[in-house]
Amino acid sequence: MAEIIRGNTGDWEMVIGLEVHAQAITESKLFSGAATAFGAAPNTQVSLVDAAMPGMLPVLNMKSVEQAVRTGLGLNSKINLYSVFERKNYFYPDLPQGYQISQYLHPIVGEGEIEIDLPNGEVKKVGITRLHLEQDAGKSIHDQHPTKSYVDLNRSGNTLMEIVSEPDLRDGIEVGAYLTKLRMILRYLGTCDGNMDEGSMRADVNISVRKVGETEYGTRCEIKNVNSIKAAQAAIDYESRRQIELLEDGGSVDQETRLWDPAQNVTRSMRSKEDAHDYRYFPDPDLLPLELEQGYVDDIKKTLPELPDEKKHRFMDSYGLGAYDASVLISSRSRADYFETVANDRDAKLAANWVINELLGILNKDGKTIEESPITSENLGKLVGLIEDNTISGRIAKDVFAEMYESGADPEKIVEEKGLKQVTDTGAIEAIIDKVIADNQDKVEQYKSGKDKLFGFFVGQVMKESQGKANPQMVNELLKKKLS
Amino acid sequence: MSVMDQNTVRKVARLAQIEVQDSEIDAVGKKLEGIIGFVEQLSEVNTDNVEPLSSVNDIPCPLREDVTNDGGIVDKVLKNAPDSQEGFFVVSKVVE
Repeated sequence: MAEIIRGNTGDWEMVIGLEVHAQAITESKLFSGAATAFGAAPNTQVSLVDAAMPGMLPVLNMKSVEQAVRTGLGLNSKINLYSVFERKNYFYPDLPQGYQISQYLHPIVGEGEIEIDLPNGEVKKVGITRLHLEQDAGKSIHDQHPTKSYVDLNRSGNTLMEIVSEPDLRDGIEVGAYLTKLRMILRYLGTCDGNMDEGSMRADVNISVRKVGETEYGTRCEIKNVNSIKAAQAAIDYESRRQIELLEDGGSVDQETRLWDPAQNVTRSMRSKEDAHDYRYFPDPDLLPLELEQGYVDDIKKTLPELPDEKKHRFMDSYGLGAYDASVLISSRSRADYFETVANDRDAKLAANWVINELLGILNKDGKTIEESPITSENLGKLVGLIEDNTISGRIAKDVFAEMYESGADPEKIVEEKGLKQVTDTGAIEAIIDKVIADNQDKVEQYKSGKDKLFGFFVGQVMKESQGKANPQMVNELLKKKLS
Repeated sequence: MSVMDQNTVRKVARLAQIEVQDSEIDAVGKKLEGIIGFVEQLSEVNTDNVEPLSSVNDIPCPLREDVTNDGGIVDKVLKNAPDSQEGFFVVSKVVE
Protein backbone atom coordinates (compact mmCIF):
# COMPACT_ATOMS: atom_id res chain seq x y z
CA MET A 1 0.00 0.00 0.00
CA ALA A 2 1.28 3.40 -0.94
CA GLU A 3 1.94 5.89 1.81
CA ILE A 4 -1.01 8.04 2.88
CA ILE A 5 -0.30 11.35 4.59
CA ARG A 6 -2.79 12.35 7.27
CA GLY A 7 -3.44 16.08 7.04
CA ASN A 8 -5.67 18.32 9.13
CA THR A 9 -8.41 18.24 6.51
CA GLY A 10 -8.15 14.59 5.44
CA ASP A 11 -5.92 11.96 3.87
CA TRP A 12 -3.56 12.85 1.03
CA GLU A 13 -1.64 10.85 -1.53
CA MET A 14 1.34 11.74 -3.72
CA VAL A 15 1.46 11.53 -7.49
CA ILE A 16 5.00 11.23 -8.79
CA GLY A 17 6.62 10.87 -12.20
CA LEU A 18 10.34 10.79 -12.89
CA GLU A 19 12.55 12.11 -15.65
CA VAL A 20 15.76 10.12 -15.53
CA HIS A 21 18.79 11.29 -17.49
CA ALA A 22 20.99 8.31 -18.25
CA GLN A 23 24.31 8.86 -19.96
CA ALA A 24 24.63 6.30 -22.75
CA ILE A 25 27.83 4.25 -22.84
CA THR A 26 29.69 5.35 -25.98
CA GLU A 27 33.34 6.05 -26.81
CA SER A 28 32.64 9.40 -28.41
CA LYS A 29 29.97 12.08 -28.06
CA LEU A 30 26.49 12.25 -29.56
CA PHE A 31 27.50 14.63 -32.35
CA SER A 32 31.32 14.80 -32.23
CA GLY A 33 34.41 12.57 -32.06
CA ALA A 34 35.60 13.83 -28.65
CA ALA A 35 36.00 11.26 -25.86
CA THR A 36 33.41 10.73 -23.11
CA ALA A 37 35.48 9.19 -20.26
CA PHE A 38 34.75 10.53 -16.76
CA GLY A 39 37.36 12.49 -14.81
CA ALA A 40 39.64 13.89 -17.54
CA ALA A 41 41.43 17.25 -17.13
CA PRO A 42 39.07 20.18 -17.86
CA ASN A 43 38.19 20.90 -21.49
CA THR A 44 40.54 18.23 -22.86
CA GLN A 45 37.61 16.21 -24.25
CA VAL A 46 36.07 19.05 -26.22
CA SER A 47 35.96 19.39 -29.98
CA LEU A 48 35.14 22.60 -31.82
CA VAL A 49 31.64 21.16 -32.33
CA ASP A 50 31.14 20.77 -28.57
CA ALA A 51 32.51 24.28 -28.00
CA ALA A 52 29.91 25.51 -30.55
CA MET A 53 32.40 27.34 -32.72
CA PRO A 54 30.66 29.02 -35.67
CA GLY A 55 30.23 26.81 -38.73
CA MET A 56 30.71 23.50 -36.93
CA LEU A 57 28.17 20.84 -37.85
CA PRO A 58 26.91 17.96 -35.71
CA VAL A 59 27.12 14.38 -37.10
CA LEU A 60 25.08 11.75 -35.27
CA ASN A 61 26.92 8.85 -33.54
CA MET A 62 25.46 5.50 -34.67
CA LYS A 63 26.33 3.94 -31.31
CA SER A 64 24.17 6.50 -29.49
CA VAL A 65 21.24 5.51 -31.70
CA GLU A 66 21.87 1.82 -31.04
CA GLN A 67 22.05 2.36 -27.27
CA ALA A 68 18.76 4.28 -27.29
CA VAL A 69 17.01 1.57 -29.29
CA ARG A 70 18.50 -1.14 -27.07
CA THR A 71 17.29 0.67 -23.95
CA GLY A 72 13.86 1.19 -25.47
CA LEU A 73 13.57 -2.54 -26.18
CA GLY A 74 14.74 -3.33 -22.64
CA LEU A 75 11.97 -1.06 -21.30
CA ASN A 76 9.38 -2.97 -23.37
CA SER A 77 8.75 0.21 -25.31
CA LYS A 78 7.69 1.07 -28.83
CA ILE A 79 10.62 2.03 -31.10
CA ASN A 80 9.78 4.94 -33.38
CA LEU A 81 11.36 4.36 -36.79
CA TYR A 82 11.10 8.09 -37.50
CA SER A 83 12.47 10.61 -35.03
CA VAL A 84 13.51 14.25 -35.23
CA PHE A 85 16.17 16.30 -33.44
CA GLU A 86 15.03 19.71 -32.31
CA ARG A 87 16.65 22.69 -30.65
CA LYS A 88 15.67 23.50 -27.08
CA ASN A 89 16.67 27.11 -26.57
CA TYR A 90 18.02 28.54 -23.33
CA PHE A 91 21.13 30.33 -22.14
CA TYR A 92 23.52 29.01 -19.54
CA PRO A 93 27.34 29.23 -19.43
CA ASP A 94 27.79 25.45 -19.62
CA LEU A 95 25.67 25.28 -22.80
CA PRO A 96 27.85 26.99 -25.42
CA GLN A 97 25.42 26.56 -28.34
CA GLY A 98 22.68 28.53 -26.60
CA TYR A 99 20.44 25.56 -27.28
CA GLN A 100 20.43 21.87 -26.46
CA ILE A 101 19.91 19.44 -29.33
CA SER A 102 17.11 17.19 -28.08
CA GLN A 103 14.06 15.38 -29.36
CA TYR A 104 10.61 16.78 -28.67
CA LEU A 105 7.60 15.93 -30.84
CA HIS A 106 9.17 12.81 -32.36
CA PRO A 107 11.26 10.91 -29.80
CA ILE A 108 13.14 7.74 -30.80
CA VAL A 109 11.28 5.63 -28.21
CA GLY A 110 7.60 5.79 -27.30
CA GLU A 111 5.38 4.18 -24.68
CA GLY A 112 6.33 1.13 -22.66
CA GLU A 113 6.12 -0.43 -19.22
CA ILE A 114 8.37 -1.97 -16.57
CA GLU A 115 7.72 -3.91 -13.37
CA ILE A 116 9.04 -2.72 -10.03
CA ASP A 117 9.51 -4.90 -6.94
CA LEU A 118 8.30 -3.39 -3.68
CA PRO A 119 9.80 -4.39 -0.32
CA ASN A 120 6.54 -6.09 0.74
CA GLY A 121 6.87 -8.51 -2.19
CA GLU A 122 4.26 -6.70 -4.32
CA VAL A 123 5.00 -6.17 -8.02
CA LYS A 124 3.75 -2.95 -9.62
CA LYS A 125 3.68 -1.92 -13.27
CA VAL A 126 4.98 1.56 -14.10
CA GLY A 127 4.36 3.19 -17.47
CA ILE A 128 7.19 4.63 -19.54
CA THR A 129 6.04 7.68 -21.50
CA ARG A 130 9.04 8.02 -23.78
CA LEU A 131 12.81 7.97 -24.15
CA HIS A 132 14.55 10.60 -26.22
CA LEU A 133 18.15 11.36 -27.15
CA GLU A 134 19.73 14.68 -26.21
CA GLN A 135 23.06 16.36 -25.55
CA ASP A 136 24.40 16.66 -22.04
CA ALA A 137 25.51 20.11 -20.85
CA GLY A 138 28.95 20.97 -19.46
CA LYS A 139 29.69 21.35 -15.79
CA SER A 140 29.92 24.58 -13.78
CA ILE A 141 31.88 24.77 -10.54
CA HIS A 142 30.74 27.52 -8.23
CA ASP A 143 32.77 27.04 -5.06
CA GLN A 144 36.29 27.84 -6.26
CA HIS A 145 36.04 31.62 -6.36
CA PRO A 146 33.87 34.24 -4.58
CA THR A 147 32.62 35.98 -7.73
CA LYS A 148 33.43 33.58 -10.58
CA SER A 149 32.16 30.24 -11.87
CA TYR A 150 34.47 27.76 -13.61
CA VAL A 151 33.16 25.93 -16.68
CA ASP A 152 34.36 22.57 -17.98
CA LEU A 153 32.80 21.41 -21.26
CA ASN A 154 34.11 17.81 -21.15
CA ARG A 155 30.59 16.53 -20.48
CA SER A 156 29.09 18.87 -23.06
CA GLY A 157 27.65 16.87 -25.94
CA ASN A 158 27.72 13.46 -24.23
CA THR A 159 24.78 11.25 -25.17
CA LEU A 160 21.89 11.42 -22.72
CA MET A 161 18.83 9.22 -22.83
CA GLU A 162 16.01 11.02 -21.05
CA ILE A 163 13.59 8.40 -19.78
CA VAL A 164 10.24 9.82 -18.73
CA SER A 165 7.82 7.79 -16.60
CA GLU A 166 4.08 8.12 -16.33
CA PRO A 167 2.86 9.68 -13.04
CA ASP A 168 2.32 6.15 -11.69
CA LEU A 169 4.45 6.35 -8.54
CA ARG A 170 2.79 7.06 -5.18
CA ASP A 171 5.53 7.38 -2.57
CA GLY A 172 9.25 7.41 -1.89
CA ILE A 173 9.48 3.63 -1.59
CA GLU A 174 8.01 3.18 -5.07
CA VAL A 175 10.38 5.81 -6.43
CA GLY A 176 13.32 3.95 -4.87
CA ALA A 177 12.12 0.66 -6.37
CA TYR A 178 11.66 2.29 -9.79
CA LEU A 179 15.14 3.83 -9.82
CA THR A 180 16.68 0.56 -8.62
CA LYS A 181 14.95 -1.46 -11.32
CA LEU A 182 15.68 1.07 -14.05
CA ARG A 183 19.37 1.14 -13.10
CA MET A 184 19.46 -2.66 -13.07
CA ILE A 185 17.93 -2.85 -16.55
CA LEU A 186 20.36 -0.24 -17.93
CA ARG A 187 23.32 -2.13 -16.47
CA TYR A 188 22.09 -5.48 -17.80
CA LEU A 189 21.71 -3.91 -21.24
CA GLY A 190 25.14 -2.28 -21.02
CA THR A 191 23.68 1.04 -22.15
CA CYS A 192 24.46 3.14 -19.03
CA ASP A 193 26.72 2.45 -16.04
CA GLY A 194 24.08 3.85 -13.66
CA ASN A 195 26.58 5.57 -11.35
CA MET A 196 24.47 8.23 -9.67
CA ASP A 197 27.42 9.62 -7.70
CA GLU A 198 29.38 10.28 -10.91
CA GLY A 199 26.25 11.85 -12.41
CA SER A 200 25.88 9.30 -15.21
CA MET A 201 22.32 8.72 -14.00
CA ARG A 202 20.36 11.71 -12.65
CA ALA A 203 16.71 12.15 -11.78
CA ASP A 204 14.26 15.05 -11.83
CA VAL A 205 11.17 14.41 -9.71
CA ASN A 206 7.72 15.69 -10.72
CA ILE A 207 5.42 15.62 -7.73
CA SER A 208 1.92 16.78 -6.82
CA VAL A 209 -0.51 15.84 -4.05
CA ARG A 210 -4.24 15.20 -3.97
CA LYS A 211 -6.88 14.00 -1.54
CA VAL A 212 -7.30 10.23 -1.48
CA GLY A 213 -10.14 9.34 -3.85
CA GLU A 214 -9.62 12.39 -6.05
CA THR A 215 -9.01 11.47 -9.71
CA GLU A 216 -7.72 14.81 -11.02
CA TYR A 217 -4.03 15.62 -10.66
CA GLY A 218 -2.95 18.56 -8.53
CA THR A 219 -0.47 21.21 -9.67
CA ARG A 220 3.00 19.71 -9.76
CA CYS A 221 6.50 20.93 -9.02
CA GLU A 222 9.66 19.68 -10.65
CA ILE A 223 12.55 19.04 -8.28
CA LYS A 224 16.08 19.09 -9.67
CA ASN A 225 19.47 18.21 -8.20
CA VAL A 226 18.37 14.82 -6.89
CA ASN A 227 21.55 12.77 -7.07
CA SER A 228 20.79 9.56 -5.25
CA ILE A 229 17.87 7.31 -4.40
CA LYS A 230 18.03 8.51 -0.80
CA ALA A 231 17.97 12.15 -1.91
CA ALA A 232 14.95 11.43 -4.11
CA GLN A 233 13.09 9.94 -1.15
CA ALA A 234 14.05 12.77 1.20
CA ALA A 235 13.03 15.38 -1.38
CA ILE A 236 9.66 13.66 -1.87
CA ASP A 237 9.03 13.53 1.89
CA TYR A 238 9.75 17.22 2.24
CA GLU A 239 8.00 18.44 -0.92
CA SER A 240 4.77 16.47 -0.39
CA ARG A 241 4.37 17.90 3.10
CA ARG A 242 5.18 21.42 1.89
CA GLN A 243 2.45 21.20 -0.76
CA ILE A 244 -0.12 19.74 1.65
CA GLU A 245 0.57 22.47 4.18
CA LEU A 246 0.10 25.13 1.48
CA LEU A 247 -3.18 23.61 0.32
CA GLU A 248 -4.56 23.04 3.81
CA ASP A 249 -3.81 26.68 4.68
CA GLY A 250 -6.04 27.69 1.77
CA GLY A 251 -3.17 28.50 -0.57
CA SER A 252 -2.23 26.98 -3.91
CA VAL A 253 0.83 25.28 -5.36
CA ASP A 254 2.69 27.20 -8.08
CA GLN A 255 3.87 25.10 -10.99
CA GLU A 256 7.61 25.71 -10.80
CA THR A 257 11.07 24.21 -10.79
CA ARG A 258 12.55 23.69 -7.35
CA LEU A 259 16.03 22.73 -6.26
CA TRP A 260 16.72 20.04 -3.66
CA ASP A 261 19.16 21.30 -1.03
CA PRO A 262 20.68 18.21 0.60
CA ALA A 263 22.48 20.27 3.27
CA GLN A 264 19.25 21.85 4.63
CA ASN A 265 16.93 18.99 3.59
CA VAL A 266 14.54 21.39 1.86
CA THR A 267 13.45 22.24 -1.68
CA ARG A 268 13.84 25.84 -2.80
CA SER A 269 12.22 27.77 -5.62
CA MET A 270 14.52 28.55 -8.58
CA ARG A 271 13.10 32.01 -9.28
CA SER A 272 15.56 32.72 -12.08
CA LYS A 273 13.95 29.91 -14.02
CA GLU A 274 10.66 31.78 -14.49
CA ASP A 275 11.05 31.62 -18.27
CA ALA A 276 12.59 28.18 -18.12
CA HIS A 277 9.73 26.43 -19.86
CA ASP A 278 9.70 28.80 -22.83
CA TYR A 279 12.16 26.74 -24.85
CA ARG A 280 10.96 27.63 -28.37
CA TYR A 281 11.66 24.17 -29.78
CA PHE A 282 12.08 23.86 -33.54
CA PRO A 283 13.59 21.12 -35.78
CA ASP A 284 17.37 21.48 -35.92
CA PRO A 285 18.20 22.51 -39.51
CA ASP A 286 21.71 21.02 -39.08
CA LEU A 287 20.33 17.48 -38.71
CA LEU A 288 18.13 15.37 -40.95
CA PRO A 289 15.31 13.32 -39.45
CA LEU A 290 16.49 9.91 -38.28
CA GLU A 291 14.84 7.03 -40.13
CA LEU A 292 15.44 3.45 -38.99
CA GLU A 293 14.60 0.14 -40.68
CA GLN A 294 12.52 -2.41 -38.77
CA GLY A 295 15.24 -4.98 -39.61
CA TYR A 296 17.81 -2.86 -37.76
CA VAL A 297 15.61 -2.85 -34.64
CA ASP A 298 15.01 -6.60 -34.93
CA ASP A 299 18.77 -7.25 -35.16
CA ILE A 300 19.36 -5.30 -31.94
CA LYS A 301 16.52 -7.18 -30.28
CA LYS A 302 18.31 -10.47 -31.00
CA THR A 303 21.37 -9.29 -29.04
CA LEU A 304 19.47 -8.36 -25.86
CA PRO A 305 20.61 -10.28 -22.79
CA GLU A 306 18.19 -12.02 -20.46
CA LEU A 307 16.70 -9.11 -18.50
CA PRO A 308 16.34 -8.95 -14.70
CA ASP A 309 12.68 -9.98 -14.50
CA GLU A 310 13.09 -12.91 -16.92
CA LYS A 311 16.14 -14.06 -14.98
CA LYS A 312 14.31 -13.80 -11.68
CA HIS A 313 11.46 -15.96 -12.91
CA ARG A 314 13.86 -18.51 -14.41
CA PHE A 315 15.78 -18.73 -11.10
CA MET A 316 12.50 -19.35 -9.28
CA ASP A 317 11.21 -21.90 -11.80
CA SER A 318 14.29 -23.89 -12.73
CA TYR A 319 16.30 -23.67 -9.48
CA GLY A 320 13.32 -23.68 -7.14
CA LEU A 321 14.47 -20.52 -5.35
CA GLY A 322 12.15 -18.23 -3.40
CA ALA A 323 11.34 -14.75 -4.75
CA TYR A 324 13.58 -13.05 -2.21
CA ASP A 325 16.68 -15.19 -2.87
CA ALA A 326 16.12 -14.86 -6.62
CA SER A 327 15.85 -11.07 -6.41
CA VAL A 328 19.08 -10.85 -4.37
CA LEU A 329 20.93 -12.99 -6.92
CA ILE A 330 19.76 -11.13 -10.03
CA SER A 331 20.50 -7.64 -8.72
CA SER A 332 23.54 -7.58 -11.00
CA ARG A 333 24.46 -9.66 -14.01
CA SER A 334 27.85 -10.62 -12.53
CA ARG A 335 26.19 -11.79 -9.31
CA ALA A 336 23.71 -13.91 -11.26
CA ASP A 337 26.47 -15.38 -13.43
CA TYR A 338 28.51 -16.18 -10.32
CA PHE A 339 25.59 -18.01 -8.78
CA GLU A 340 24.90 -20.00 -11.93
CA THR A 341 28.50 -21.26 -12.01
CA VAL A 342 28.28 -22.30 -8.35
CA ALA A 343 24.92 -24.00 -8.87
CA ASN A 344 25.96 -25.75 -12.08
CA ASP A 345 24.77 -29.39 -11.75
CA ARG A 346 24.67 -29.03 -7.98
CA ASP A 347 22.09 -28.50 -5.25
CA ALA A 348 20.85 -25.03 -6.27
CA LYS A 349 19.31 -24.13 -2.92
CA LEU A 350 22.52 -25.05 -1.13
CA ALA A 351 24.46 -23.01 -3.70
CA ALA A 352 22.12 -20.01 -3.21
CA ASN A 353 22.54 -20.31 0.53
CA TRP A 354 26.34 -20.24 0.32
CA VAL A 355 26.41 -17.37 -2.17
CA ILE A 356 23.89 -15.20 -0.29
CA ASN A 357 24.54 -15.95 3.37
CA GLU A 358 28.23 -16.74 3.43
CA LEU A 359 29.86 -15.04 0.46
CA LEU A 360 27.72 -11.89 0.06
CA GLY A 361 27.66 -11.60 3.85
CA ILE A 362 31.43 -11.34 4.18
CA LEU A 363 31.85 -9.30 0.96
CA ASN A 364 29.34 -6.73 2.23
CA LYS A 365 31.17 -6.56 5.52
CA ASP A 366 34.45 -5.88 3.69
CA GLY A 367 32.82 -3.42 1.28
CA LYS A 368 33.64 -5.58 -1.73
CA THR A 369 31.61 -6.44 -4.82
CA ILE A 370 31.28 -9.95 -6.19
CA GLU A 371 33.81 -9.11 -8.93
CA GLU A 372 36.38 -8.55 -6.16
CA SER A 373 35.66 -11.83 -4.40
CA PRO A 374 38.84 -13.72 -3.47
CA ILE A 375 36.88 -16.95 -3.98
CA THR A 376 36.19 -17.82 -7.60
CA SER A 377 32.76 -19.12 -8.56
CA GLU A 378 34.38 -22.42 -9.68
CA ASN A 379 35.96 -22.92 -6.26
CA LEU A 380 32.78 -22.08 -4.34
CA GLY A 381 31.01 -24.54 -6.62
CA LYS A 382 33.55 -27.22 -5.68
CA LEU A 383 32.95 -26.48 -2.00
CA VAL A 384 29.20 -26.91 -2.44
CA GLY A 385 29.93 -30.17 -4.28
CA LEU A 386 32.07 -31.40 -1.36
CA ILE A 387 29.20 -30.76 1.04
CA GLU A 388 26.64 -32.28 -1.28
CA ASP A 389 28.51 -35.59 -1.71
CA ASN A 390 29.27 -35.76 2.03
CA THR A 391 33.03 -35.38 1.61
CA ILE A 392 32.95 -32.70 4.30
CA SER A 393 30.34 -31.62 6.82
CA GLY A 394 28.65 -28.23 6.74
CA ARG A 395 30.57 -27.20 9.83
CA ILE A 396 33.98 -28.08 8.38
CA ALA A 397 32.88 -26.35 5.18
CA LYS A 398 32.70 -23.06 7.08
CA ASP A 399 36.34 -23.42 8.12
CA VAL A 400 37.35 -24.33 4.57
CA PHE A 401 35.36 -21.31 3.31
CA ALA A 402 37.22 -19.00 5.70
CA GLU A 403 40.53 -20.32 4.46
CA MET A 404 39.46 -19.99 0.82
CA TYR A 405 38.51 -16.38 1.49
CA GLU A 406 41.96 -15.75 2.96
CA SER A 407 44.06 -17.51 0.35
CA GLY A 408 41.84 -18.01 -2.69
CA ALA A 409 42.84 -21.69 -2.62
CA ASP A 410 41.01 -24.65 -4.16
CA PRO A 411 38.76 -26.28 -1.50
CA GLU A 412 39.65 -29.80 -2.66
CA LYS A 413 43.31 -29.07 -1.97
CA ILE A 414 42.56 -27.57 1.45
CA VAL A 415 40.48 -30.60 2.42
CA GLU A 416 43.18 -32.97 1.13
CA GLU A 417 46.14 -31.21 2.73
CA LYS A 418 44.49 -30.67 6.10
CA GLY A 419 42.89 -34.10 6.19
CA LEU A 420 39.41 -32.67 6.67
CA LYS A 421 37.53 -35.41 4.88
CA GLN A 422 34.46 -36.48 6.69
CA VAL A 423 34.78 -39.80 8.50
CA THR A 424 32.08 -42.09 7.10
CA ASP A 425 33.75 -45.33 8.08
CA THR A 426 31.39 -47.08 10.52
CA GLY A 427 34.22 -48.82 12.38
CA ALA A 428 36.13 -45.58 12.96
CA ILE A 429 33.06 -43.77 14.25
CA GLU A 430 32.10 -46.70 16.49
CA ALA A 431 35.60 -46.67 17.99
CA ILE A 432 35.20 -43.01 18.93
CA ILE A 433 31.71 -43.64 20.35
CA ASP A 434 33.01 -46.50 22.45
CA LYS A 435 35.71 -44.25 23.88
CA VAL A 436 33.24 -41.47 24.68
CA ILE A 437 30.90 -43.95 26.38
CA ALA A 438 33.76 -45.42 28.40
CA ASP A 439 34.89 -41.96 29.53
CA ASN A 440 31.40 -40.89 30.57
CA GLN A 441 29.83 -43.86 32.33
CA ASP A 442 27.95 -41.62 34.81
CA LYS A 443 26.23 -39.74 31.97
CA VAL A 444 25.33 -43.01 30.25
CA GLU A 445 23.52 -44.10 33.43
CA GLN A 446 21.61 -40.83 33.64
CA TYR A 447 20.69 -41.07 29.96
CA LYS A 448 19.40 -44.59 30.31
CA SER A 449 17.32 -43.58 33.32
CA GLY A 450 15.45 -41.06 31.21
CA LYS A 451 17.55 -37.90 30.83
CA ASP A 452 17.02 -37.71 27.05
CA LYS A 453 18.57 -34.31 26.74
CA LEU A 454 22.00 -35.81 27.30
CA PHE A 455 21.93 -37.24 23.79
CA GLY A 456 23.16 -33.88 22.48
CA PHE A 457 26.06 -34.04 24.90
CA PHE A 458 27.20 -37.37 23.47
CA VAL A 459 26.93 -36.10 19.89
CA GLY A 460 29.03 -33.09 20.87
CA GLN A 461 31.68 -35.24 22.50
CA VAL A 462 31.96 -37.55 19.50
CA MET A 463 32.20 -34.64 17.08
CA LYS A 464 34.85 -33.01 19.26
CA GLU A 465 36.82 -36.23 19.50
CA SER A 466 36.72 -36.58 15.69
CA GLN A 467 37.77 -32.92 15.25
CA GLY A 468 34.46 -32.24 13.55
CA LYS A 469 35.09 -34.76 10.82
CA ALA A 470 32.63 -37.48 11.74
CA ASN A 471 29.52 -37.56 9.58
CA PRO A 472 26.87 -36.13 11.94
CA GLN A 473 24.06 -38.29 10.59
CA MET A 474 26.05 -41.48 11.11
CA VAL A 475 27.06 -40.35 14.58
CA ASN A 476 23.38 -39.89 15.43
CA GLU A 477 22.37 -43.31 14.18
CA LEU A 478 25.27 -45.23 15.71
CA LEU A 479 24.97 -43.44 19.05
CA LYS A 480 21.28 -44.29 19.28
CA LYS A 481 22.09 -47.95 18.74
CA LYS A 482 24.94 -48.03 21.25
CA LEU A 483 23.01 -46.22 23.96
CA SER A 484 19.85 -48.26 23.69
CA MET B 1 0.91 47.60 -31.59
CA SER B 2 -1.06 44.40 -31.30
CA VAL B 3 1.18 41.29 -31.28
CA MET B 4 4.33 42.99 -30.05
CA ASP B 5 3.18 44.99 -27.05
CA GLN B 6 5.80 46.35 -24.66
CA ASN B 7 5.75 43.34 -22.34
CA THR B 8 6.15 40.87 -25.20
CA VAL B 9 9.13 42.83 -26.54
CA ARG B 10 10.71 42.78 -23.07
CA LYS B 11 10.14 39.04 -22.76
CA VAL B 12 11.58 38.25 -26.18
CA ALA B 13 14.59 40.40 -25.39
CA ARG B 14 15.11 38.57 -22.10
CA LEU B 15 14.83 35.15 -23.72
CA ALA B 16 17.33 36.19 -26.38
CA GLN B 17 19.61 37.75 -23.75
CA ILE B 18 19.60 41.06 -25.63
CA GLU B 19 19.57 44.34 -23.76
CA VAL B 20 16.83 46.68 -24.96
CA GLN B 21 16.48 50.17 -23.40
CA ASP B 22 12.99 51.40 -22.48
CA SER B 23 13.40 54.19 -25.06
CA GLU B 24 13.96 51.57 -27.79
CA ILE B 25 11.07 49.27 -27.01
CA ASP B 26 8.45 50.85 -29.26
CA ALA B 27 10.83 51.05 -32.21
CA VAL B 28 12.00 47.44 -31.76
CA GLY B 29 8.38 46.32 -31.42
CA LYS B 30 7.46 47.99 -34.72
CA LYS B 31 10.36 46.30 -36.52
CA LEU B 32 9.42 42.89 -35.11
CA GLU B 33 5.81 43.45 -36.18
CA GLY B 34 7.05 44.12 -39.68
CA ILE B 35 9.02 40.88 -39.73
CA ILE B 36 6.15 38.87 -38.30
CA GLY B 37 3.73 40.41 -40.79
CA PHE B 38 6.05 39.47 -43.64
CA VAL B 39 6.37 35.85 -42.47
CA GLU B 40 2.63 35.70 -41.79
CA GLN B 41 2.04 35.82 -45.54
CA LEU B 42 2.95 32.11 -45.53
CA SER B 43 -0.29 31.35 -43.71
CA GLU B 44 -2.17 32.32 -46.86
CA VAL B 45 -1.03 29.03 -48.42
CA ASN B 46 -3.44 26.16 -47.92
CA THR B 47 -1.56 23.38 -46.07
CA ASP B 48 -4.50 21.10 -45.32
CA ASN B 49 -3.43 17.44 -45.52
CA VAL B 50 0.24 18.35 -45.97
CA GLU B 51 2.74 16.67 -43.61
CA PRO B 52 5.11 19.12 -41.87
CA LEU B 53 8.49 19.13 -43.62
CA SER B 54 11.51 18.64 -41.35
CA SER B 55 14.02 18.80 -44.15
CA VAL B 56 14.08 19.61 -47.86
CA ASN B 57 16.65 16.87 -48.52
CA ASP B 58 15.21 13.46 -49.16
CA ILE B 59 18.38 11.66 -48.02
CA PRO B 60 19.04 9.62 -44.88
CA CYS B 61 20.60 11.22 -41.82
CA PRO B 62 24.35 10.62 -42.06
CA LEU B 63 25.83 8.67 -39.12
CA ARG B 64 29.37 8.43 -37.70
CA GLU B 65 31.20 5.39 -36.36
CA ASP B 66 31.68 5.58 -32.59
CA VAL B 67 35.40 6.40 -32.54
CA THR B 68 37.34 9.03 -30.64
CA ASN B 69 39.13 11.19 -33.19
CA ASP B 70 38.71 14.71 -31.84
CA GLY B 71 39.32 16.72 -28.67
CA GLY B 72 42.62 17.23 -26.87
CA ILE B 73 42.74 20.82 -28.09
CA VAL B 74 42.20 22.70 -24.87
CA ASP B 75 44.28 25.70 -26.09
CA LYS B 76 42.15 26.13 -29.20
CA VAL B 77 38.93 25.69 -27.25
CA LEU B 78 39.92 28.38 -24.74
CA LYS B 79 41.51 30.72 -27.27
CA ASN B 80 38.56 33.12 -27.55
CA ALA B 81 37.58 32.93 -23.90
CA PRO B 82 37.75 36.34 -22.18
CA ASP B 83 39.05 34.60 -19.08
CA SER B 84 40.34 31.13 -18.32
CA GLN B 85 42.25 29.39 -15.57
CA GLU B 86 43.83 25.95 -15.33
CA GLY B 87 41.92 24.74 -18.34
CA PHE B 88 38.53 26.09 -17.19
CA PHE B 89 36.48 28.88 -18.75
CA VAL B 90 36.01 31.53 -16.06
CA VAL B 91 32.70 33.43 -16.10
CA SER B 92 30.76 35.68 -13.75
CA LYS B 93 29.27 33.68 -10.95
CA VAL B 94 26.06 31.90 -11.96
CA VAL B 95 24.51 30.04 -9.10
CA GLU B 96 21.03 29.68 -7.70
